[in-house]
Amino acid sequence: MDFAFTPEQESIRDAVEKICQSYDAEYWRRQDQAGEFPEAFVKDMADGGWLGIAMPEEFGGAGLGVTEAALMMQTVARSGAALSGCSAIHINIFGPMPVVVFGNDEQRSRHLPALIRGEDRTCFGVTEPNAGLNTASIETKAERNGNGWVANGRKLWTSTAQTANKILLLARTTAKEDCARPTDGLSLFYTDLNRDYCEVQEIDKMGRMAVDTNAVFIDGLPIPGEDLVGEEGKGFRYLLHGLNPERVLVGVEAVGIGQVALERAVQYAREREVFGRPIGQNQAIQHPLAKAWAELAAAELMAFKAAALYDAGEECGAEANAAKYLGAEAGFSACETAVLTHGGMGYAKEFDVERYMREIFIARIAPVSREMILNYIAERVLDLPRSY
Amino acid sequence: MKILVPVKRVVDYNVKIRVKADQTGVDLNNVKMSMNPFDEIAVEEALRMKEAGSADEVVAVSIGVQQCQETIRTALAMGADRGILVKTDAELEPLHVAKILKAVIDEENPELVILGKQAIDDDCNQTGQMLAALLGRPQGTFASKLELVDGKLNVTREVDAGLQTITIDMPAIVTTDLRLNEPRYASLPNIMKAKKKPIIENTPEDMGIDIAPRLSVLKVEEPPKREAGIKVETVGDLVDKLRNEAGVI
Repeated sequence: MDFAFTPEQESIRDAVEKICQSYDAEYWRRQDQAGEFPEAFVKDMADGGWLGIAMPEEFGGAGLGVTEAALMMQTVARSGAALSGCSAIHINIFGPMPVVVFGNDEQRSRHLPALIRGEDRTCFGVTEPNAGLNTASIETKAERNGNGWVANGRKLWTSTAQTANKILLLARTTAKEDCARPTDGLSLFYTDLNRDYCEVQEIDKMGRMAVDTNAVFIDGLPIPGEDLVGEEGKGFRYLLHGLNPERVLVGVEAVGIGQVALERAVQYAREREVFGRPIGQNQAIQHPLAKAWAELAAAELMAFKAAALYDAGEECGAEANAAKYLGAEAGFSACETAVLTHGGMGYAKEFDVERYMREIFIARIAPVSREMILNYIAERVLDLPRSY
Repeated sequence: MKILVPVKRVVDYNVKIRVKADQTGVDLNNVKMSMNPFDEIAVEEALRMKEAGSADEVVAVSIGVQQCQETIRTALAMGADRGILVKTDAELEPLHVAKILKAVIDEENPELVILGKQAIDDDCNQTGQMLAALLGRPQGTFASKLELVDGKLNVTREVDAGLQTITIDMPAIVTTDLRLNEPRYASLPNIMKAKKKPIIENTPEDMGIDIAPRLSVLKVEEPPKREAGIKVETVGDLVDKLRNEAGVI
């Protein structure tokens, strides 16, 4: 067992750190307060080729694995960018995987280079108000129209749709009652987010103000036949392909946020003097910080174990789910500790930890709830009967 | 034109260093190491000359332990063409480094060598000057601007009085100051390409260079902790304290 990163992985972390150094806490605070997308940061990442980290080399990517992508995202989060930075590029890393794996050559060469260069921006049109995590029950439909399709429906929690020009859209193409299984009959499209037929409404939310999340109303969106990914009716299975990597990424992003929160708290505890000594000299302050370190380190190990399994082509469902669960919980606990360590200052925006606290909630909720992860582990690992 | 850029592996500038308990040096265990920042500036300048068409090859050389290869890879990821590692576990002094570099230069014949003016670990600021002397080549130290004009090099130098510009003949030795340029970040495609660029290895012994120590370190100590300042009420108090406590006037 070797827990060390390779020199190449370390150079990836160093290079990402260097880009992130140009975007300090004040930059992210300003983006958060103004609710402005971090365009400059995303451009720097795209110019450095980072959006293509996991994309195939023949289309301009680096062809690296989940391990390297995870290291990159953790580094972004840990720099203090937190999810304001991660979510701005997250979709590029594994969102297009169904196109990479199941798309044809024409689709790959049409879409991937522009995505990697940052010229195309995509978003994820999967979740719906009346389906939630029960993806088989989505109501958005795409109906045949000549060579192509016409889609109608509603999508929810579609991040970055304010600026995206593409959408990875899941729609029902065969009625549920005509399918052998409820997850059949769903098709995946990678197509233009044509605003003549799509209304994108931003959802006002608790945190991560810099990166928009939206409801998308789709009204008669024409989809050319060549934008269907893979075979008709197999969209759900294609989508599953990207789920484990995404869980690993969300897990390490949460760990990264926890780590920066912890660093800030430790610094404050060392400097802040009350009753004639630094508050960090008190065990009541030290122990929660030490506990946060231990929990974050454990979550990080699980995430990189899951990434290593995935990259080796092994089954990693339990580990990837556990990594997202542990990362989000450890990150949350570290952020809470960081706010409390700062006392009143923790509630002030100037110290940033309240922003981390607001953002870490996303990792606890999305892309899958804690409870569904525990259901998965109970059923698949512990072999207990399905509860829902 | 070929440009040689020596790059040194040093403790990362962000690391808070600790002196070893036995006072023999700085504790390097589990400490993040990086390329000396002045050397990054040197690599950047060489790459800019290559991009401007005045150089056609940039060679990075590092001297020290096996891990110096990673420092060379960093230079390759920035855009250098190939690397040379002179491997030794011995403690090196500036004169050793200058002699090894001279041997490399005798072999490689670069027209220009760009070094960092000093390394941030020992702050010696000697290697470039020693190298120029050993080679008998002109030197332009503390460069804040370089211009190649008609086969000669105009070097703007940061000196106490301001900026001094000198013209030196080639082949030459240049050392970089902080304001020469702002080094680029390695892009991901270049990190991938760097893996395939060649690095050749050598040792001081094979090159026939004597690296026996000429200096001995007596002891290494932490600088004294700075005491907190005080506020004085009046100018009279200030003058009194400066005269009678600080003894500076």
